[in-house]
Amino acid sequence: MIHIEQLSKSYSGTTVLDIERLQIPSGTALGLVGNNGAGKTTLFSCLLDLIKPTQGHITNQDLRVDQSEAWKDFTSAFIDESFLIGYLTPEEYFSFIASLRAVPQSEVDALMLELAPFFNGEVLGQKKYLRDFSKGNQKKVGIAATLIGKPSVVVLDEPFANLDPTTQFRLKDLLKKIASQGDTTLLVSSHDLNHVTEVCKRIVVLSKGQVVQDLETNPSTLAELENYFAQQAPDASIG
Amino acid sequence: MSPIKLLAQFFHLERKDFLRSPSFDTSLVILILMGLGALYFAVVFVGLGIGIYFIAEEVAPQNPFGWINQGLWVFWLADLIFRYMGQKMPITKIKPLLSMPISKSNIVVFSMLKSVVSPFNWLYLFLWIPLYIVLLQQNLDPLGVTTWILGVSVLFLANNFLNLWANNSPWVFGIAFGALVIAGAGKYFELFDLKAFSGGLFEALYQTPATLLAAMAWLAFLVWGSYRFFLAGMFLDDRFSVKAEVARTTKMAWLDSMGRMGIFLKNDLRLITRNKRAKMAVLSGIFFLFYGLLFFTNALEVYEGAYWKVFAGIFVTGGFLFSFGGFVPSWDSSYYPLMMTQKITYADYLKAKWWLIVWATLASTLLASFYALMGWEVYLAVLAGAAYNVGINAHLVLLGGAFVKTPIDLTSAKKAFGDKQAVNLKTMLIALPKIALPMGIYALGQWIWDAQGGYLLLIGLSLLGFGLRNPVLRWIERIYKKEKYDTIQAYKPKS
Repeated sequence: MIHIEQLSKSYSGTTVLDIERLQIPSGTALGLVGNNGAGKTTLFSCLLDLIKPTQGHITNQDLRVDQSEAWKDFTSAFIDESFLIGYLTPEEYFSFIASLRAVPQSEVDALMLELAPFFNGEVLGQKKYLRDFSKGNQKKVGIAATLIGKPSVVVLDEPFANLDPTTQFRLKDLLKKIASQGDTTLLVSSHDLNHVTEVCKRIVVLSKGQVVQDLETNPSTLAELENYFAQQAPDASIG
Repeated sequence: MSPIKLLAQFFHLERKDFLRSPSFDTSLVILILMGLGALYFAVVFVGLGIGIYFIAEEVAPQNPFGWINQGLWVFWLADLIFRYMGQKMPITKIKPLLSMPISKSNIVVFSMLKSVVSPFNWLYLFLWIPLYIVLLQQNLDPLGVTTWILGVSVLFLANNFLNLWANNSPWVFGIAFGALVIAGAGKYFELFDLKAFSGGLFEALYQTPATLLAAMAWLAFLVWGSYRFFLAGMFLDDRFSVKAEVARTTKMAWLDSMGRMGIFLKNDLRLITRNKRAKMAVLSGIFFLFYGLLFFTNALEVYEGAYWKVFAGIFVTGGFLFSFGGFVPSWDSSYYPLMMTQKITYADYLKAKWWLIVWATLASTLLASFYALMGWEVYLAVLAGAAYNVGINAHLVLLGGAFVKTPIDLTSAKKAFGDKQAVNLKTMLIALPKIALPMGIYALGQWIWDAQGGYLLLIGLSLLGFGLRNPVLRWIERIYKKEKYDTIQAYKPKS
């Protein structure tokens, strides 16, 4: 259970995040959508204790993230390239993460085998350092690393962006599989309403730092969301 | 758009690029340092320009001008080598320009013009102008002196383009290098005399003014050649792309037995071996090893005296500590958020860095054993310095690291020296006791007992610091935790 209450973050007077209450039960796949500046990455950064909220706090399985560090044992995240170590090969990076989480190499190898379709032959055995990979392939490495050691909370910021269409579909299948097993809390932000509604059972819409919608996914959710965002765009009224 | 207007636009972009760069204040500090360096060279050059003829009169009274000409090739060659090491074609931001309605030749011309205004070129004015004035006052043909000075400046300017070309084309580099090898071999085996060749060549500029045309033709050839070369390479995937290097995988299984510390040490060793910037830091640390020679050999009079021996002992064994340790945790700045969300405690992280610094200090001490040849007192200073570095300074650099908020771009070899850290007041205050305090402690010991007592006091206090490492590291850890959010924010790429 992730519990957020009275959480706000402001920078010199401008509030960028203001959430009264948000509860995410364990095992939920939650999609976070919203336009640029809605506060998605800020929320994730607060959850990962990378920035200090102005008010309130987040608890992750009853641990206050800003007081305890024990949540790091079962939480993993890929937000951006700053979660990659540029001078390592993907294999070395995976072993580094695995050794930090005390996961044996054999388990990493098994996971790599499982992820082979997702990698599409472009990640392993490339004789290249991560800094020399394309953005899309870097993202594959970052996402794969979050799955090492089966953490019970996985946070992915914009996982579909920069991926080629085939990989997007394979990632969608991968995330759906993880979500269906029900033992992982999956937090995914995305601009792709289609993908996110397929993967997640619950969608939270952020706008200017506030939760404006909180929906259980059903067949009409996608249409509702599309309608919502179409009205947000100022250009939509023209013509 | 007219070419002039276009050039003005380009300069406008350059100015904004400089003023608005995220590391503007850093660039400014570097610029000021470079300005001071340029000023230094300008002064030296003016002195040389005025003085060289009179020196030549002393050395070769029969033919001072000929003596200058005979030696000029050494200067010309040194110029070329310095350029090769330091001067790069200033073309980095061509990407957004390529798809604009600007002809490629304009971009190349601009880049080449930009290279001409480099200090490598204009600094020479400080040499040629005074030299010209001095030569005119001698009993020499004014026309010959004029063509000579013009020819020499043209030949040095030609180096600018020769270097740009050779720096980017392995072919041109091969030819230039081959010519140098042949010339060197010819001199070594006494097949021909470079001095006479140089003397004859430069003398010709004076004797036969028309030779100036040959020098200009040489310049024109290089300008034209490098222009064609860069124009042909004006594609993103060609001359200006950075080639990915082939990754070498190293298992380093021997570190696996060290548990969690081994994980970090493995990563740090990879960091050092695979990144230009980190390599530079370690190399400069190795240079420090020989720094003591200045002090212990009494080569410089100002450095005699016992305090300076302590000073040298600290530096000799602390090269790595200062050049690498001083920038912890910025080495990990590009993936700091990763480190902060993994199952890593600051305690493990700091301890691994501490061990790395201690090991490197011990290795430096071992390598510095050759100082024992200079007597046991010198060696005692080295050992006392090593002890202080391990016992006290290792803690101090980690403490200072909590306030280092400058991200490091690992892949660039530039800026290895003179980072913004140098102007951070907090880190300066912490840097002071790294060097001044041991000198003070030694002075105290020497005052109470004698020189030996000073060293023993230093070693004793260092042992105390070493013994207290666990509580001290815990205290430092708390400071790192307090600074965590600020550090993450500061390390964010500003784009």
